[in-house]
Amino acid sequence: MQWLGLWHYWAVIILMMIGLYIVIARDNLVKKVMGLSIFQVSVIMFYVSTGKVEGGTAPIIPEGGHDLVYSNPLPHVLMLTAIVVGISTTALALALIVRIQEAYGTVEDDELNAIDGAAL
Amino acid sequence: MMEQLPALQVVLPLFSALLCLLIRNKTASRLFSVAVSWGCLAIALILLRTVQETGIISYHFGGWFPPLGIEYRIDLLNAYVLIIVAMISAVVLPFGVGHWGLSIPEGREYLFFCAFLLCISGLLGITITGDAFNVFVFLEITSLSSYALIAMGRNRRALRAAFTYLVMGTVGGTFILIGIGMMYLETGTLNMVDIANRLPLAYGSRTVLVAFAFLTVGVGIKLAVFPLHHWLPNAYSYAPATVSAFLAATATKVSYYVLVRVIFTLFGAAYIFETLRFHVLLIPLSLLAMFIGSTVAIYQTNIKRLLAYSSISQIGYMTLGLSFASINGLTGGLVHLFNHALMKGGLFLVLASVMHSIASNEIDDMRGLGRKMPFTMAAFVLGGLSLIGVPGTVGFISKWYLVVAALEKGWYPIAVLILLSSFLAVIYIWRVVEIFFFREPAAEKSIKEAPLSMLIPTWILIGGTLFFGLQTEWTAGVAGSVANFLLGGLP
Amino acid sequence: MREKIILRVVSKAFIPFIFLFALYIQFHGDFGPGGGFQAGVVFAAGIILYGVIFGLDTMRLAVPERLMEYGIVLGLILYGGVGIVSLISGANFLDYDVLNAHDPTHGQHLGILLVELGVGITVTCAMTTIFYALAGRGEK
Repeated sequence: MQWLGLWHYWAVIILMMIGLYIVIARDNLVKKVMGLSIFQVSVIMFYVSTGKVEGGTAPIIPEGGHDLVYSNPLPHVLMLTAIVVGISTTALALALIVRIQEAYGTVEDDELNAIDGAAL
Repeated sequence: MMEQLPALQVVLPLFSALLCLLIRNKTASRLFSVAVSWGCLAIALILLRTVQETGIISYHFGGWFPPLGIEYRIDLLNAYVLIIVAMISAVVLPFGVGHWGLSIPEGREYLFFCAFLLCISGLLGITITGDAFNVFVFLEITSLSSYALIAMGRNRRALRAAFTYLVMGTVGGTFILIGIGMMYLETGTLNMVDIANRLPLAYGSRTVLVAFAFLTVGVGIKLAVFPLHHWLPNAYSYAPATVSAFLAATATKVSYYVLVRVIFTLFGAAYIFETLRFHVLLIPLSLLAMFIGSTVAIYQTNIKRLLAYSSISQIGYMTLGLSFASINGLTGGLVHLFNHALMKGGLFLVLASVMHSIASNEIDDMRGLGRKMPFTMAAFVLGGLSLIGVPGTVGFISKWYLVVAALEKGWYPIAVLILLSSFLAVIYIWRVVEIFFFREPAAEKSIKEAPLSMLIPTWILIGGTLFFGLQTEWTAGVAGSVANFLLGGLP
Repeated sequence: MREKIILRVVSKAFIPFIFLFALYIQFHGDFGPGGGFQAGVVFAAGIILYGVIFGLDTMRLAVPERLMEYGIVLGLILYGGVGIVSLISGANFLDYDVLNAHDPTHGQHLGILLVELGVGITVTCAMTTIFYALAGRGEK
């Protein structure tokens, strides 16, 4: 029954594997970027889910300063940075895809390999 | 002012990168970035001198004490790698000033220097920080700017190479993030020294094992250890010439530094090599890298791909030195950081000069170049001799330490294999040198020697391979002290 | 899309509220979810919505491209300026305590406010620049 309490780790692992599978198995470059995005979201979920303290409330001291149990704010802060990094990577990848589409005329990996004569 | 130098080391290139967006004139932006890179080199030299005299420097960002706040912690290993990055950037940026046929598209030069300075600041940041998550942040800054730099190549294949590098590099960076998260779960802190103190309490748990696995694979993708190296040949071949020189000489070195930090500072050599027996995995992979890299290099027709595959085999030497976990082995690996940066940086700059003259990277188009461009080709020969490991050049120093370390441990087959792989390097270097000097050149084209602004940086690096091969006090001496310190001796 | 009258009217009604909400997120980061990056993205979303509905040329009249590129540097100068002021006052880089001579807590408050403002400006201008770069390519 301990497995049921760890359901958030299962969600993280399933998302991570789905993301990696899409990156490997799909030929379309845009789909690869989507898979990469899903993979990064799974890591964000991993961090945020570990920040939750049982019975904890939002980590902001209310007026009067009561003695409460707070959730850990540090993973949230770290994941803000990770989300920004993920967005920048996705933006850069999409810009590259736009340039590849203009240069080659297609964004399918197998057609690109046929044009280039090699797998890049 | 002196105490603020660790912050300035990263802040200077980071802010200059974005100030470069304001400067539209191409020569002005190049001169500005050259000035900034020389400033970074000066700061790195001062930091090395300070660490050698007074010991470890600890800088508290924002006034917050570690482990609460981010700490910049500079010991001898950091300072050593800082010098490598700063030196290479200071030499590569002025390369070819005044000559713009170097694969940078017209009208985008200021963006090129902006991305270049961002890459430099990211590399310096990874090296200097003492906080695990900060390593990830700067690693992503470096990676993103290097994807953009590689995509600026003239050939349209540069775009695909940059995309493949992006996908693999992001997967690697995210694995590193997972590893850092698991270490945070086990220790509750992100400061490297604090993790090193608290991790031994958790050695038996599976989380620490998985964290190490994720970290190693993630760093291995960035470092291009043997099975994870697929992005490297394409990225180096199709990138602009100076970008290849810069990335070949710095990006993998800093990833190697991260691996050394993870193994020796965070986890501890005893746990990694005696309990986990990590060397059983790393030594075969390093040997495979050495041999397969050199063998594939022999069959290449594009000279940049040849040097890229040669890089893969040199990275094999570095990881082999790390896996010995003895003072001589680690010294060999660390001194090979410096030496390989000099060798590959110089060789890729030679190729940039050649590209400027004949606008091609195919070896067949370079017949007889030895007579038309004597100084440039002499630099190539000297760099090639260093790759082989001829005594008197820096390549010999690294291989000497590696062979001594192998003999110390009684692993005679490995020592023999190190020498055998040097013979493979002879084959591909000789093949290229023979085409340069002993074939008839293609008739009509008027090929001149490379201009002085290209020759001087090239010869600074190649001359360095000769100088530091004879005067080893600075490089091997520092690397030896670092190895001593990492393996439990005094700093 | 300017022929679609419903889209035009509704977006003209909504866009000011989007900007207002972005400002709310920006300055409310101390007490709830929010801060520079989120506010910058919502602000840029408002600008991009205007550009999608009314066309790139109209958008360029309201929000010039050069202004956005300089906005990136402006936000960074604000962030770096706070750090440099800390350095000049003798403390470490980005030490907010020295920003207010009387009370370190007020110094921290002021420091975080300025830094997040810088981040918000940079993120807005960066997102809008990305939109200009990608959307502007179809016009060639």
